[in-house]
Formats: sequence, structure tokens, C-alpha cells
Amino acid sequence: MRKGLHPLVMITLVAAVTLFGRVLPTWTLSLATIAASNALIALGIVVLARTGNVSFGQGLFFAAGGYGVALIANAWGLTDAVAQVIVGAACGGLLGLVIGPLIARYSGIFFGMLTLALSMVFYGALVKSTALGGSDGFNVGRPTLFGMSFTDPREADFMLYAVSVIVTGFAGIAATILFRSEFGLASLAVRENNLRVEYLGLSANRIISINFLIAAIFAGASGAFALMAQRHIDPQFAYWTTSGEFVFVAVLAGNQSVAAVFVASMALELVRSFSNLYLPNTWQLVLGVFLLGVILFLPRGIGSLWIRDRRKRRLSATAALTAERGAAP
Amino acid sequence: MNFFLTIILDGLIQASWLFIVALGLTLVFGVLKILNIAHGSFYALGAYIAATAVTVVAARGLPPSVGFVAMLLSVALIASAVGLLLERGLLKMFYGRDEVVLLLVTYAVFLILEDVTKLIWGVNPIYATQPYELFGNLEFAGLYYVGYDLVLIPISAVVGFAIWFGLNRTVIGKIVLAVIHNEEMSVSMGVRVNRVYAIAFAFGVLLAALAGALTAPKISMQPGLSSDVIILSFAIVVIGGLGSVEGAAVGAILVGLARAASVHLMPQAELFMIYLIMAAVLMFRPEGLFKRETARRI
Repeated sequence: MRKGLHPLVMITLVAAVTLFGRVLPTWTLSLATIAASNALIALGIVVLARTGNVSFGQGLFFAAGGYGVALIANAWGLTDAVAQVIVGAACGGLLGLVIGPLIARYSGIFFGMLTLALSMVFYGALVKSTALGGSDGFNVGRPTLFGMSFTDPREADFMLYAVSVIVTGFAGIAATILFRSEFGLASLAVRENNLRVEYLGLSANRIISINFLIAAIFAGASGAFALMAQRHIDPQFAYWTTSGEFVFVAVLAGNQSVAAVFVASMALELVRSFSNLYLPNTWQLVLGVFLLGVILFLPRGIGSLWIRDRRKRRLSATAALTAERGAAP
Repeated sequence: MNFFLTIILDGLIQASWLFIVALGLTLVFGVLKILNIAHGSFYALGAYIAATAVTVVAARGLPPSVGFVAMLLSVALIASAVGLLLERGLLKMFYGRDEVVLLLVTYAVFLILEDVTKLIWGVNPIYATQPYELFGNLEFAGLYYVGYDLVLIPISAVVGFAIWFGLNRTVIGKIVLAVIHNEEMSVSMGVRVNRVYAIAFAFGVLLAALAGALTAPKISMQPGLSSDVIILSFAIVVIGGLGSVEGAAVGAILVGLARAASVHLMPQAELFMIYLIMAAVLMFRPEGLFKRETARRI
């Protein structure tokens, strides 16, 4: 892991990407905003996936963040973009704090299915709640930033782009530091064998719960971004295909590189909007073929395109492990 | 009294076709260890093929009973061909990968099939109601039912029993069970695991498509059909315990009854009733009602 970038270099990178938004054409700005916000939630899935658990219900926290922000914005007139992101993250986080410890007992497919069930319960409740607009949802106003309001659409787009890139960038830096920390390595150990982790005196449940909480906070903040970008919210936020797409990004990226999550998210948005534009009736088909292609030809995700040496080291580690297993019984 | 009987009968009718769908899902999971998201697409595919077959037969002026038989035969043929083709041509390339990756592969297949059905049959609703009058109307304990609905219950019981019998009481079934329990050992005993995989997957597709065909006369076929069905059948197999035939039966009856009860008692709860049951079952039995014992490597 020593080969990774220094945090200062990463901060410079985030600043450069933010300023780059000044020269980008307007249509790419909103695309990049969506990509950055999807990357944030997918990053949470990658964090959680390092413990071997994949959540198919991140839409739950995504929707919780979105609805929380929308309700507060309409009731109290909170329009500040940064405050909205914090509120969204807090809503997701609070829910994650409640659900995490309950769900940490499960693993594999059952973990995924239970998260999916919880998010569908939430979806069902949202569809039926007339107070929240039922299946149509409701609208919220344009966000502001530190008291400035943006009436020029280009400026408003750039503001959202800048905030989402900066927040997602810092989440990425935090995730990189986390991955290199003792806790991050213990999370990897949980995936390999949670019983051994317990024997070492660590609590596997606790590790999973904390990672789950981080994923929930990221998802809540991402919900706030999606709300600000669309200025509308509906129960679709919690539907299973929404959650499915976030897992899609996380798997496309692979779990070796944080940067890969952003690249994967952007690639997916580009494939989607271009096939939407040129093949409006078959864009899902294109998306499906693209997904199959990546899984087939880049088995360790898009990140494996530039992280080759680590892959080789991993392969030799696996070989050693296999040899050990063969010799053991 | 009649009110409860209505709920129970409605629930069993729901459960009958849901059981056939869930049976396919649980079989594929049991043998290939794949949680198949595309399963709902195979259900939709079966429904569309059935509608086409019924319409073609009706256009020739043949009686609806011929249409019913033609619909089942065409679905069986096309579905098993599609299943074999998909398993041999696509899934085969991804074996040995992480479960989540395989799940995403089937998600990609789901996306592709969604557009393929739209390309073939369009986006407008399609109907195939002719066989629905086939069995007339029946009176049951003072309640009037469409005969077709009631016939679905024994049909699904027969299908379920056939699968259970096939797995537990025949040589082929024993081989399949051997592959489920220990694949490496089966290979070394001379079992052609690839062939077992292909046949099990084709059977799974066939069951989903069969359920689609059986419900086709009752519903309108339109886009979105597959994602509703997949989420229901997921709930069923997870409640029952993945890979278990008995579990699929109990899960289907639970979900069918819950849906019927909420339709009659509190319609606004219909959508999340099922997930509530699923979450409740998993809280107390983390691996479903009928969990299969497995050895764990420490």
C-alpha cells in the first residue's frame, strides 16, 4: 500500500479537478456532478465490501438523506448546499447507526438480501405516504452557497459540480487513509476469515458495523447531491434498481483503488447518456453488454488497468495461501 | 367465515404461480450458487411467448384448449433452449468468480433481456385471455371462482412434487444433490458437473417461463413485469432458506397469504407487507426457515 499517492498530492488533484470545471462545457458539468455523487455512494459500498459484505439496499440511505434534506429545506428554508450535504450525511448516518449493528450478524447473500428488503420496506412506505407526495414525490428549491444564490444556470451547475467534487474528493482521501490504517486492514481480514479475526481479540461485528456506518453516511450525502441536482425527490431513490446501479459502479471499479471508483462512475454515466442519446430504445442493452465486457475482460475492475504490480503481489499471495491449504489437512 | 376463506383461496392462488417461479430460482441457486436476477426476465419471456402462441392459435380459429396446450409446449421449448444457450454461451465464462460478481452478470442479462423483449413485443400491453375461460366458473363453499385460477393450485402442487421427487428419489436427482454438497468429490467420482449445471439452469429458466405462461391469461404483459416478479420471488426463497424446495413452498404460501390478506384488509400495506415478513423471518432465522447445514472451514 506504500505505493499510493500522498494525501497532499490528492488534495491538489481535487483542487485541479474542481478548477477544471471552469473550462468544461455545461452538459458535462451536470453529468460530472451525477458521476461524482454516484461515486460517493459507490465508494461507501467499496468500503463495506472490503469486509466481504455487499449491500443491495444503499438506496435506503440514499433516499433517507434525500428525503431528510428535502423535508428540512421545505420546512425551515435551509437552502445552503454545504449544510444540506451535512444534513443528508447525518440522516444516512443516524439510520446506519440503528441498522448497522442489527445487520452485522449476517453475511454474504443474506446480508445483501436483508439490506434489499429493508430498502424495499422503506420504498413501500414512501409510495403509500400521502404526506410525502406518494409515488410522485415533491419539489424543492434551488440550493444556495454561503448566502449566495445562483440564478445563472451555468453558475449554479458549476457550484454544484464544485461542491460535489470537493466533498467526494475528500471522502476519497479519507477512504484511502482508512484503507491503509490498522482498522482498514482488519476489515480486509474479516473478509478472509471472520473467525480468525475474533480469535485475535477483535470484534468482527464491530468492524462490520463501523464500515456499514461509513457507507451509510456516504450514501446519505450522495442522496443530498442527487436531490440538489434534480430539485425533486420521489420513492424511486429507494427502489432496488437504484441500489443495483451503485453496486454496479462499485464492481466496475474493483476494490483496489479509490480513483477507480470515480473513473467507473464517470464511464457509466458517459455510456448511459451516449446510448440514451443515440440508441434510446436499447440503452439498457448497451449497458448490460458493457457490464459483461468489463467483468469478463477486467476481472479485478477498472482499477486493475493501472494497479498491476499490486495485482501480481496479490496473485503470489494467493498462490502461497493455496499451497498452505493444500498442505494443512 | 367466508371472508377468511376468500383470503385463504386468493392467497393460495397467488402462492401457486409464485411457488413455480421461486422453485426455479431456488434450484438454480442450490446447484449453481447463483442468485439469478434475470429470473424475472425469464418469467416475462414465458408470458410473452405464451401470449404470442395463444394469439396465433386463436387467429387460426382453433379452440382455446389447443391454445393452452400450444402455449405450454412453445414456452417449454423456447425457454429450455434459451436457458441452455445462456448457460453454455455466457454464464460458463464466469464460474469460480465471487458470488456478487455472478449476481451482477445476471443483472446484466436482466438489463439486456428487458430491452430484447421491448424490441420484439413493443411497449404496449399485450393480452392473451382466451384460455382464461377454459375451465368455466366454479362454486366453492358459496364463493364463485374462475376455474382457471383454482386449477393453478393443483398444477403447482404437481410441479412441486415432481421436482421434489426428481431430486430426492431418482438417480439423476441424487447426482444433482451430490454436486450441490461437494462439487470436487462429484467430479472425482466421474460426474459431469458441467452437464448438471447446464440442465439445472435450463430447468430453472423453464420453471420461470412456465409460471409466466400460466399467469399470462390472467394479466397484461408490459415492461416492468420482470422486476416486480423477481423481487417477489427473492423474498420467497430468502424466507424459505435459499436452495430448499420445501422452503420455497412455505415461503410462497406465506407471501401469497400476506398479499391476499393485505389486499382485503389494508390495501395500502400490500407493497411492504412482503418485505416486512422477510425482514421479520431473517431477524429470527438469519438463513431462512429451512436452512441447509454446511461445514465451515476454520
